[in-house]
Amino acid sequence: MTETKTFKDRVVASLKNFGLPRLIITGFLVLLLVLAPFVGADLPTQISNIINRFSWNGILVLAMVPMVHSGCGLNFGLPLGIISGLLGATLSIEFGFTGRLSFLMAILIATPFALVLGSLYGWLLNKIKGGEMMIATYVGFSSVSLMCMMWLLLPYHSPNMVWGLAGKGLRTTISLEGYYNQALAGIGQINIGNISIPTGTLLFFALLAFGIWAFLHTKTGTAMTAVGSNPVFARAAGIDVDKIRMLSVVMSTWLAAIGILVYEQGFGFIQLYMAPFYMALPAVSAILIGGASVNKATIMNVIIGTILFQGIVTMIPTVMNNMIHMDMSEVIRIIASMGMILFALTRKTEASR
Amino acid sequence: MDNNHAPLLEMRNIKKDFFGNQVLEDINLKLEAGEVLGLVGENGAGKSTLMKILFGATDISETGGYGGEIYLNGEKVSFKTPFEAIEAGIGMVHQEFSLIPGFEATENILLNREPKKANLISEVFGERLDTLDRKEMDERAAKAIEKMGVSIDQHMMISSMPVGHKQFTEIARELSKEQLRLLILDEPTAVLTEREAEALLESIRGMSARGITVIFITHRLQEILSVCDKVAVMRDGILVQEVPASETNVDEITRWMVGRTVEGGSAKTDIRIDDNARTILKIDKLWVDMPGETVRNVSLEVKEGEILGIGGLAGQGKLGIPNGIMGLYEAGGSVVFDGKEIPLNNPRKCLDASFAFVSEDRRGVGLLLDESLEWNVAFPAMQVQNKFLKYYLGGLIKWRDEKAIREVTEKYIDELKIKCTSSKQNARELSGGNQQKVCLAKAFALEPKVLFVSEPTRGIDVGAKALVLDALKKFNRESGVTVVMISSELEELRSTADRIAIVSGGRISGILPATSSVEDFGMLMLKGVV
Amino acid sequence: MKAGSNKYTTSEKKPTAFGTILRQASVPLMFIIICAFCIPIAGLSPSYLANEIVTRMGRNSFLILSLLIPIMAGMGLNFGMTLGAMAGEIGLILVSDWQIVGIPGMVLAAIISVPISILLGIFCGKILNKAKGREMITSYIMSFFINGIYQLVVLYLMGSVIPIKHSSIKLPRGYGIRNTVSLLNMRQKLDNLIAINVSGIKIPVMTFIVIGILCLFIIWFRKTKLGQDMRAVGQDMEVARDAGIDVERTRIISIVMSTVLAGIGMIIYLQNMGNIATYSSHSQIGMFCIAALLVGGASVDRASIGNVFLGVILFHTMFIVAPRAGAYITGDSMIGEYFRVFVSYAVITLALVMYETNKRRAKSESSRELRAQQDADEANAAGKENV
Repeated sequence: MTETKTFKDRVVASLKNFGLPRLIITGFLVLLLVLAPFVGADLPTQISNIINRFSWNGILVLAMVPMVHSGCGLNFGLPLGIISGLLGATLSIEFGFTGRLSFLMAILIATPFALVLGSLYGWLLNKIKGGEMMIATYVGFSSVSLMCMMWLLLPYHSPNMVWGLAGKGLRTTISLEGYYNQALAGIGQINIGNISIPTGTLLFFALLAFGIWAFLHTKTGTAMTAVGSNPVFARAAGIDVDKIRMLSVVMSTWLAAIGILVYEQGFGFIQLYMAPFYMALPAVSAILIGGASVNKATIMNVIIGTILFQGIVTMIPTVMNNMIHMDMSEVIRIIASMGMILFALTRKTEASR
Repeated sequence: MDNNHAPLLEMRNIKKDFFGNQVLEDINLKLEAGEVLGLVGENGAGKSTLMKILFGATDISETGGYGGEIYLNGEKVSFKTPFEAIEAGIGMVHQEFSLIPGFEATENILLNREPKKANLISEVFGERLDTLDRKEMDERAAKAIEKMGVSIDQHMMISSMPVGHKQFTEIARELSKEQLRLLILDEPTAVLTEREAEALLESIRGMSARGITVIFITHRLQEILSVCDKVAVMRDGILVQEVPASETNVDEITRWMVGRTVEGGSAKTDIRIDDNARTILKIDKLWVDMPGETVRNVSLEVKEGEILGIGGLAGQGKLGIPNGIMGLYEAGGSVVFDGKEIPLNNPRKCLDASFAFVSEDRRGVGLLLDESLEWNVAFPAMQVQNKFLKYYLGGLIKWRDEKAIREVTEKYIDELKIKCTSSKQNARELSGGNQQKVCLAKAFALEPKVLFVSEPTRGIDVGAKALVLDALKKFNRESGVTVVMISSELEELRSTADRIAIVSGGRISGILPATSSVEDFGMLMLKGVV
Repeated sequence: MKAGSNKYTTSEKKPTAFGTILRQASVPLMFIIICAFCIPIAGLSPSYLANEIVTRMGRNSFLILSLLIPIMAGMGLNFGMTLGAMAGEIGLILVSDWQIVGIPGMVLAAIISVPISILLGIFCGKILNKAKGREMITSYIMSFFINGIYQLVVLYLMGSVIPIKHSSIKLPRGYGIRNTVSLLNMRQKLDNLIAINVSGIKIPVMTFIVIGILCLFIIWFRKTKLGQDMRAVGQDMEVARDAGIDVERTRIISIVMSTVLAGIGMIIYLQNMGNIATYSSHSQIGMFCIAALLVGGASVDRASIGNVFLGVILFHTMFIVAPRAGAYITGDSMIGEYFRVFVSYAVITLALVMYETNKRRAKSESSRELRAQQDADEANAAGKENV
């Protein structure tokens, strides 16, 4: 039995558990980090970059967790939550809020949108159990393209957001200068040499991550995990499976809404129209790289995955550029992240009930 | 026939064990061409294992093959796959249909054996690009249907056929194989209406007249007597009787089927039947739509503090009873517990009324295979009764109390002697017997007033069996919990329960004290079988 | 085979209730209404509209037809048809570098694309066999994955490893292919091979002949043993396996066929366009083809040649008129652009949702049947007891 396992066995087992693709990606990132100083890239700047990008993207990746836990699969419908966030952001500005207050208001305004859209989305996913991922993808696409029309048609007037000439229709990119640019990152920012740490954003991520972690330790959170693990067992134990799934979808959608706002405050711009279109895929592959599967995910998976994914994304261009004067970052990012998703989909980790 | 002396089929000393568990012992059987054999026996008597060996099912060779020899027309054969058996002229119609729903009868009858016409493209790219010869297909299918003697519309889509016609399509498929000499029919009449069953029996006679040997498995003994030349009765892996059908009758066959030798166990000693005991659970006109275990009309009264056994043959509906009451399958009728009506189709309401259920489907329903034992044991009690929780912020936050969960799990690990590395081990890694004990622990942790246990010993080894049954008895006697135990094994019921109800054809065919004779139970089991 | 055998469905002979027919026809009907509403507003001349539709039929039909075979094999909408499109593009890029023009160039490009398509198809089929039950999302992700590989090849390996002679298609840095590759020497060569003009509408007869040959092939293929096996596998893999059909291989073949056809379809598509948008031509093609097929009334598990042509006409009519109609109504031309993109996605979403809910409805119908049977049984039993 397990007691007699040698150290070597255990190492082999844990490596196997870790998965070959993940191992390759980790090794690759370590290699890039080691190579960076030799090819003339400034390591502290790179690390600072990774930390910053982690702080922008962490919550979007965290938004995967509730739905994975309840067995709804990877949330390819992330754009739906992002749209709620975008509505919150643009309305907050439209109503004339500025500075940090505009960030708070954006969250407050985005929340009801996320709850309503999330409920509708959850209701739909309960009707099509077993086909969640494909339909989620297309729900995301449809909602993004619908909103493309809405951004043009809705009666926004704030001169900072609409096209200058026409006086209506939102711009594709809206600067957050004067609004909530660096709203979180600016709080307690630490600068050591070339490294700058966005303490506020990291703390905010930590707060939400702790919230999810804590939720998963409550009675309802336990039920959510059980529903994802074996819905029939959960039903036999008196759990209303549909209600729990609905809750998880609403949570994921809300987190996505918050996630995009945090992303924007770091990035400094609101991106509208087709921008949310492919935002689900990096988040999906990040959590998978972090060690999650189609129906199991932990906060640790989120943190590790986001660091690895964003690490690769930041490191490849600099190192590659300096080394072979060829920017293959985009291509390698696509191959690695899509390969990771493919790998997860082909594993028989769960009975698709 | 090429060899006048050799019978069509001869089985000599067939033995089979599954991991040391002997399921067939020294089966000897001879069949001549055109003979019809009726094969009967309780579930688990070894009929299907014997047929699997004959038909070359892969799970036989995967579990170490079998002992003894099989001769077909005097030639020794040993099939590794069903395809080899089919090649040698054996056909089998299984209980589950193996038909393509969107194909018509003809296409199904000739599935993957379609006559083809070569063409220019197939000359180059291989014969899978031959076109189908529809005319020839129609003719061959028509011939097979004619052989069967029951007319079905060969152009009708399977999905729009009545169940009986699907069954006939399957039989026609076997008959369309030119080499067919031996046909095995596994409970073919179970899904047929009376008239269809009649037609099937007629067609069996027809096949026999054409020289096809038929092995006919059924629980309807009357059918056996009307169509078979020979009857073979199996019990506990042994062929107990083989007689000409003309020399026996239903009562005699029943006795052979259920009759035990003297040392084969007996009713439990401390049986307790108290006529004055309060009726704690009253089931009235219950129907349950559980596929394969349909309950049609069950009325039953359970007395406080007893162990009520529910037995019966597989597929007769005994498993549907607890599954329907607990809301896992759609059900109707009324269930009254302690004077209060329990709403059906709502698992939560049953659990709130302090029922608990140990499902027969351990891996599908009973366990969270990928979670720890702690979760498995504590989960229902936590969700239903708010046990193992800590409250914060005035009850707003209900936090999982890991310590309490560990304690209760460890308590049951000790009590039920669950073999595991720790309470954190995943349920998937345990053996079947230990998984079953976890399921019991889960139910015990709910501290129910009524406990339903479905097939508690299915697929577990002898030692674990005794432990599980003892735990149930102890739970009943010491905690005063009423237990309803469903099992296919009569002996197990007799050694555990106080009273035993027998389900047949989705109805209760009778309730007897556990001390009643095995023959009496056997009669009830076969009464009203569908 | 009975009359009407050109219907390419898996369950055509099942008696369908009126409600089912209405449900199946709902998407085409919706599109007819949209088109009927938009055409007058758009104010395009009938001959212009007819010309555009005929051109687009010639351009797209072959590609859409490539989707039919995986549907027959039960693998759903083949989002992986993009793989074939990329193979076709590689063929065209190489041929235009070798300066082989006109029809011979097209044929050579097709010849080059076929082995690439076969390899990609086998790879895709093997992956999909490992992801049974979620073929669509897997083939969808697969198209992104292979797109990454394609970019690696075209952007970095071509010109550095794979010899590219002509600087006109090479990026100035010396390797990699330009964003646009002109196919001027091949432009509409197939369309114009036999083209007739009927009252101002140009009909690319040769292209239609090629499409017609493919239709005939598909009709014929359905009657072959392999076609029959695919239908069987598509409906019930377990039963097919029990009958001795090699399920995995059959599924791979269906994906390979689809990929190869998509590659050839892409070449026909691009010869009509006259240039290759090297990094984007293929990326949307899968989505538009699938949307068109669904608009034609197909679903995830059944599609006919009729669906293809109806879909091309309706979808592209909408595509042509929506921007103009949108501009007229709202005064903003982008509205129409976004509207047609939205409709494409919405129609796919709708089809997927209907497919999944139908699967569940079929299940609950079977249990309703069972209950009815029980009730009858009960009544029967009660009757007997009374006697």
